[in-house]
Amino acid sequence: MITKRIFGNDRLTLWFLGILFGVLALVAVLNLATTPDSAFHVPTYAVALMGKYLCYAILALSIDLVWGYVGILSLGHGAFFALGGYAMGMYLMRQIGPRGVYGDPILPDFMVFLNWKELPWYWLGFDNFFFAMFMVALVPALLAFVFGYLAFRSRVTGVYLSIITQAMTYALLLAFFRNDMGFGGNNGLTDFKDLLGFNLQTDGMRVTLFVSSGILLAACYLLCRWITLSRFGKVLIAIRDAESRTRFMGYRVEGYKVAAFTLSGIMAGLAGALYVPQVGIINPGEFAPQNSIEAVVWVAVGGRGTLVGAAIGAIVVNLGKTLFTGWLPDLWLFALGGLFVFVTLLMPKGILGTVPQLLEMARNRRAQNAVAEKAPDAPPSADAPKGAGE
Amino acid sequence: MLIGDISPKPILYVDGVTVTFDGFRALNDLSLVIAPGEMRAIIGPNGAGKTTMMDVITGKTRPDVGTVAFNGDVDLTKMDEAAIAQLGIGRKFQKPTVFESHTVRDNLQLALAGLRKPFAVLFARETAKEKERIDELLVLTKLTEAVDRMAGDLSHGQKQWLEIGMLMAQEPALLLVDEPVAGMTDAETEETAELLVEINKTHSVVVVEHDMTFVKALGVKVTVLHEGSVLAEGPLDQVQANERVIEVYLGR
Amino acid sequence: MMRSLFLRCLRPLAAPVLAAVMAAAFVLAGLMAAAPAARADAAGDALALFASKSYDDIEKGIADLAASGHPQAIDILSALGDRRLHVAGDAIVFEDAAGTWHDALTGAALDGEPAGAKAVRANNRIRRAVDAALGQLTLMSADAGKRYDAALSVFKSRDQASLPLVRSALETEQDGKVKRALQQALAALTLYGDADETAKLEAIDVIADMGNQDALATLVGVPEPTPAMAEAISSAQDAIESSLAIWSGVQSVYYGISLGSVLLLAAIGLAITFGVMGVINMAHGEMVMIGAYTTFMVQEVIRNSAPFLFDYSLAIALPLAFLVAGAVGVAIERGIIRFLYGRPLETLLATFGLSLVLQQAVRTIFGPTNREVGNPSWMSGAFDLGGLTLTYNRMWIIVFAFVVLAILMVVLRRTAFGLQMRAVTQNRRMAGSMGIRTNWVDSLTFGLGSGVAGIAGVALSQIDNVSPNLGQGYIIDSFMVVVFGGVGNLWGTLVGALTLGITNKLLEPVAGAVLGKIIVLVALVLFIQRKPRGLFPQKGRAVER
Repeated sequence: MITKRIFGNDRLTLWFLGILFGVLALVAVLNLATTPDSAFHVPTYAVALMGKYLCYAILALSIDLVWGYVGILSLGHGAFFALGGYAMGMYLMRQIGPRGVYGDPILPDFMVFLNWKELPWYWLGFDNFFFAMFMVALVPALLAFVFGYLAFRSRVTGVYLSIITQAMTYALLLAFFRNDMGFGGNNGLTDFKDLLGFNLQTDGMRVTLFVSSGILLAACYLLCRWITLSRFGKVLIAIRDAESRTRFMGYRVEGYKVAAFTLSGIMAGLAGALYVPQVGIINPGEFAPQNSIEAVVWVAVGGRGTLVGAAIGAIVVNLGKTLFTGWLPDLWLFALGGLFVFVTLLMPKGILGTVPQLLEMARNRRAQNAVAEKAPDAPPSADAPKGAGE
Repeated sequence: MLIGDISPKPILYVDGVTVTFDGFRALNDLSLVIAPGEMRAIIGPNGAGKTTMMDVITGKTRPDVGTVAFNGDVDLTKMDEAAIAQLGIGRKFQKPTVFESHTVRDNLQLALAGLRKPFAVLFARETAKEKERIDELLVLTKLTEAVDRMAGDLSHGQKQWLEIGMLMAQEPALLLVDEPVAGMTDAETEETAELLVEINKTHSVVVVEHDMTFVKALGVKVTVLHEGSVLAEGPLDQVQANERVIEVYLGR
Repeated sequence: MMRSLFLRCLRPLAAPVLAAVMAAAFVLAGLMAAAPAARADAAGDALALFASKSYDDIEKGIADLAASGHPQAIDILSALGDRRLHVAGDAIVFEDAAGTWHDALTGAALDGEPAGAKAVRANNRIRRAVDAALGQLTLMSADAGKRYDAALSVFKSRDQASLPLVRSALETEQDGKVKRALQQALAALTLYGDADETAKLEAIDVIADMGNQDALATLVGVPEPTPAMAEAISSAQDAIESSLAIWSGVQSVYYGISLGSVLLLAAIGLAITFGVMGVINMAHGEMVMIGAYTTFMVQEVIRNSAPFLFDYSLAIALPLAFLVAGAVGVAIERGIIRFLYGRPLETLLATFGLSLVLQQAVRTIFGPTNREVGNPSWMSGAFDLGGLTLTYNRMWIIVFAFVVLAILMVVLRRTAFGLQMRAVTQNRRMAGSMGIRTNWVDSLTFGLGSGVAGIAGVALSQIDNVSPNLGQGYIIDSFMVVVFGGVGNLWGTLVGALTLGITNKLLEPVAGAVLGKIIVLVALVLFIQRKPRGLFPQKGRAVER
């Protein structure tokens, strides 16, 4: 209901994209065109931080597409994010070339350290940017497709699906910790130098990455919006609300789910790929199940089933995390844990579902009061908000 | 389509179907034949296997053994729900199930026979023909006024009607209706019986029902299920006189 | 048993050195009671000889001390061999391997090196005498364990000089286990000595019967075997290798059962909350953690105020852990979960948040590092069974897991509460209308599941690090076990836990621990996709809730 009401008036999309591009432009200008001692200067570390938030927002969007619209609660989306990140990391590693500590022109430092003599086959081609970008999308897509195909075909749903997605990312976590996987083991991939020949540490590159993240967010948002408003999207919502009805209507639900899940995996992978050059490292910790669950909470906080809400939730929660861990690091987990409980118990529709509802209630009350002053017996408004519809 | 096709082939042919859950025989060598254009009422006490029978016909449950054929020679036991629905078997649940967060129009739109493949659906635009058909269905289900309301906001009765409208939109050759009058008043029951008789003019119908007054109002051949197999079959008064049926219903 | 109980009680109070001395005193006291008092005098006389300048006197002192039955004769003689035995005035003192000084006569520890201590002289003759006396002392020691160790060391060293000693020890040996070890040592000496072929062939048979890694090493290294010997050795080698392979398989299975019992303990509470109630409690691992911390607290209190109760600490911790974790569970159910019935995904998220809060709370209270939870004496140590070495803690945990499972089955099937519980899960409305207080049953069921997780924490505190992250390590595995076994079925949980545990341990030698775990996880994910309802699914209409 809420989703419909929001998409019914598209001012939200305009506002969202307007503010997004406004911030992108403003930050870019304030970082590049002002001197560090200026009062308006946006420091580069803040640019990288905001770039990170934008990548998280894309991840949140990808989760919302499957959770908010198809009802698939994935607790393993961090895996797609991390795989995209690793693919990008492999490209960045190969860009280092002979500038590593050991100076090997081909092998990354950790392989020299492990006494490897040649590049494993799966590292071949990652020196080519376009091949690497293709892999950034393909690897998460393949995993999402195969996993989704197997799971949805055998009709694993609900919490069972959530649990096996968690097991999936957990298995990958363990796997990437192993040195002989060839992805740097515990330390992951780091010490990146440049991207497409441009030094990663320059302000210009930082701003470019930040703006790219913003543009990717906008693109993913528009894609998701188009999909969810199409008839395909309506089928997705139908599946979410009454799966077997949809089946008995002749829709092969598996196909829809696999398609949405795969697309979602690709989006998460792209987000991871932009994330890695901005934080400068990718390690197995990104596969930790807790990361994936945290990302789900961003969506819940922002408003499940509202695309703008997912993005806002990711940004708000991570901003809170940055501030909180700065002030009171010990209390952050209390705050985050409390947020999980608070949102699920008291704010099941998230910020974007609750705020308009509150506004409307306030408006109704004002209108009622106005009416009541004229005619004390006026019936209560028929527009009173309905329950969650469980 | 198949409707009106005077074919000697039965629209639904169920033979020797057995379904067991954990050793419990939900269906036991069940056989049933529905002729094209026929309306059949299925009655039976709780646990007689009525819902399981529906599940088997619609592909939700696979039988251990037995044949289920549609339109004479289409084997349903190898197909999934979607394929069977696309063949032309519609199913109405006991509890009205509509897509609550879609508008009435979108509910009907999604139900319309036609595109079912993801890619085709992604790029689909509403055609004039579809619009016309939806308008017809809105009139039939008396929901024209509510066309842009969320289905979740409809009253219970309106949801029932919307679901029937959605079933009609699928243009099925055979309709399976599960306890359509559960929880209805006498007047509503009567009205629903009339509606089903009306629908039966163009569709074959199988109705599962407890309510004897309702079955009587339908005035069709009755099949009595008991412990997963057919206990008796025939006109209602004949079945009601059957000693074994009396025994099963009154208990011993 | 008694002695180690005594030690256990002392350990928290005294420095390890003090404990060792007390133990020595205790042993001494025991021996004094049994041996004639004259022995002490004999030892004193023998020790006095060490102050002499004559090597003859010292040599006599060595023999006399060995014969005196002085409980620390071995320590003193080894000290002499290493020139750690000193004369300080009238007293004979020695410095033990750890650098602590002792009075040789009483064994009592001294505060540092006594003034004027002078090392007792030792030349090669004295050293030989010391070695002979030591070999004799150990092979002839009053303690069967020492004799056994000595025989084993002879078996490994194959020092031909010990041959006469081994022979004479064999003649008097009464203890079956030590006797066998001596025979094996003799066989090894024979094989590596200059005996004839027949004797050597017999020796091969004796060693082949040992069937372990040591026997294999001994047989492989036999010098200049004759053809008949070579043949006997190679067939013995095959036999040993295949028996070793069997035992290592058995060992893997045992470890698997052990891991399975741990999984069972961790999952069994979940089998109730998730399996019976359908509630996804992501904070389940934290209930286990709470149980482990309860054990820690109980042991803290016991250490500080009633150390003699230490061996009962687990027995005290069990009901407490059940109550604490159960109470937390009831609070969670009342405070959060009851508002989320029918919304499993929201329950999952809320309880996950709760798990973060609980972890952080424990971290704040107890600190982020591991807390030490001790093993009571009956939980420590190991015993041999065939070719296996089994530790007591693992064995008791296996037993405990099965006992908990059995009790739960009885509770669910045979008690009024179990009946009400099943009634509520099968048909809430009907149960309610029959006068069952469904809210109350929900709370108690959840409390029961959480309490069982708590007692699992008591057991796991014995084999795992007690840290705020304890629970996290089990949560995914526990869900896997429950889902694999089939929801709502305790037998399924049992089979699931054992299957996963054994598979894991059988894969470990082949694939390595981490890869083995990954393989199991992937296999499980694939399995769940083939059989979404687990090994033992509930069927029929009840499933379609």
